[in-house]
Amino acid sequence: MRIVKLKQDRLNSFLEAVSTDSELWGPVKKGADKHRFKIVDNPAEFDLDYTRTILPPKKIFLPPRFNMFKAMPTAYEEETMDPTKKILFGVHPCDIHGILIMDQFYTQTYNDPYYIRSRENTIILGHSCWPDEHCLCHSTGTDVANEGYDLFFTALNDEYLVWIGSSKGDDLVRIVPELFNEDLSDRDIQNYIRWREDRSKAFKAEINFKAMPDFMELKYRDAVWENLSHACLACGSCSNVCPTCTCYNVNDKPRLSENASDIARCWDACTLESYSEVAGGENFRESRSERLKLYYTHKLQAFISKYGKPACVGCGRCAATCPVGINVKTVAGALDGEEVDAFWSRYATEVTK
Amino acid sequence: MNGTEKIINQVNPYKPEPARIVRAYDLTDDVRFFQVRFADMDLALSFKYEAGQFAMISVLGAGEAPFSISSTPSRPGLLEFCIRKTGVVTDAIFRLKENDFIGVRGPYGTGFPIEMMKGRDILFVMGGLGAAPLRSVLLYCLDDRDHFGRISVLHGAKRPAEMIFRDEFLHLKKRSDLDCYLSVDKDDTGEWTENTGVVTTLFPKVKTIVPENTAAVVCGPPIMYKFVINELIKLNIPKDQILMTLERRMKCGVGKCGHCAIDYIYTCIDGPVFTYWDVLHMRELI
Repeated sequence: MRIVKLKQDRLNSFLEAVSTDSELWGPVKKGADKHRFKIVDNPAEFDLDYTRTILPPKKIFLPPRFNMFKAMPTAYEEETMDPTKKILFGVHPCDIHGILIMDQFYTQTYNDPYYIRSRENTIILGHSCWPDEHCLCHSTGTDVANEGYDLFFTALNDEYLVWIGSSKGDDLVRIVPELFNEDLSDRDIQNYIRWREDRSKAFKAEINFKAMPDFMELKYRDAVWENLSHACLACGSCSNVCPTCTCYNVNDKPRLSENASDIARCWDACTLESYSEVAGGENFRESRSERLKLYYTHKLQAFISKYGKPACVGCGRCAATCPVGINVKTVAGALDGEEVDAFWSRYATEVTK
Repeated sequence: MNGTEKIINQVNPYKPEPARIVRAYDLTDDVRFFQVRFADMDLALSFKYEAGQFAMISVLGAGEAPFSISSTPSRPGLLEFCIRKTGVVTDAIFRLKENDFIGVRGPYGTGFPIEMMKGRDILFVMGGLGAAPLRSVLLYCLDDRDHFGRISVLHGAKRPAEMIFRDEFLHLKKRSDLDCYLSVDKDDTGEWTENTGVVTTLFPKVKTIVPENTAAVVCGPPIMYKFVINELIKLNIPKDQILMTLERRMKCGVGKCGHCAIDYIYTCIDGPVFTYWDVLHMRELI
């Protein structure tokens, strides 16, 4: 792979130069301590000193709600997706892996044209990061991205090492070649290797994902599921923030002004009560514990059986989001027989007293 | 997807095709039979499906839901559905009349394993609305009668008025190349001449079964499976030759929306036809 260097103070010039005909998206501070991916007019609005955004980049490819068709009495008209090109800057390796999982999911057996169109319209510019206490990407093997980006910026001292991951990425660099430096010194390489080693040591949370399919199988009737379900609010937040959660619902929304409907697609979550309910009222997963099992079967077992890797990229969003501490770390820990320090485990002790 | 991976752009798999209701009549108080034909004549004639597959039907202003196809692929041109009035979409379908339009897309899912069934004796066990999907494969077997062994049909309903396709099955009783047994839980007419009792009370009537050469095809309300499967196991029919078709919530039919997921499979693309072994092997299938 071709690697070039860019002075960090030239980054904004580069982003401005390449985004003249595109929307520029990236991490922007929200409130006191949160971040989100947002369109900016000026790259100076970006805050690259972030760990994770509230929602993963999936919101850019398939918004929480969008119209698939206009339905009319005897015809269905496909809604055209926003054709604006997008540049998504500042994506961390975990989220790049999340995008790779979605790429695979939305193109297998049947293609999802809505995803594919907006994905093909988006350039991914990755950015290096440093883990906090929730980051699990070292365990999921997603702490480094070798593919799935057009350019990847690794910040070292006052420079970036820029990995060129695709032909489109190469084109971007060639728009303003004068900003880049082709000569990688031994010192740069040493700095990078040391940075990688230091970063590897900085991870505080680890999970033995390899053992999880067995635990899910053998502990399917374990008390841990009941314990979780006492505290679970069935709010669906864990699905909203998960880069690998793809479930959606479809609604027919009649237009008031004409005999037509908008067929609207919106994010759904398997922890919501109506998720497995069929007409007539039969609900295949009435209890919260059954729905939590479905969620974690997908993350920790089913996906591993099918693709050899968990449907978890270790971004830590569930850990940062769930109000009662149900997340991949505490659930995997509990299945592994650990004493878990989480609201749900303390609450379960109270309930069962 | 960055350059190296090429995506083949298919047509939009979510897009329904307009179809005309050409015939609609009541099968019971709350189940109606619909014959539909795609408005696009070429599509109507070229639409291929397998017995046991399902389609997504949409009604303007109400939404979309999955339905088993009740017609047989051996008689192309028209699609048939038996629909119970039980929710938002089906309420709306019941308000439609002949010559009204619905949206149809599909076919989806795995059909019945016809190749495995060929040459074997086929034992159909159906209860309630279970006859809707099984009629497709039953008619398919009858249209290709030489390729199947002895065909037995056990069909149960709560009351005579609730037996779907009652006249069609009574007519089948006259055929000498299959054994058709009908039963109702309770006869409230005084005119029912067939068996009375739950569908499992028909099992003693079935002629000799060669278990290893028999495929059982089962569909009915959830409560029925337990009792019927007990009988089939008693007859020593291998668990992977007991075939059943299952119901789940579905919003896409193409393995994307997630609602029909069970363990590592999607009912919509890996099912809805499963064997009893699948059911034992995968938790929470029934």
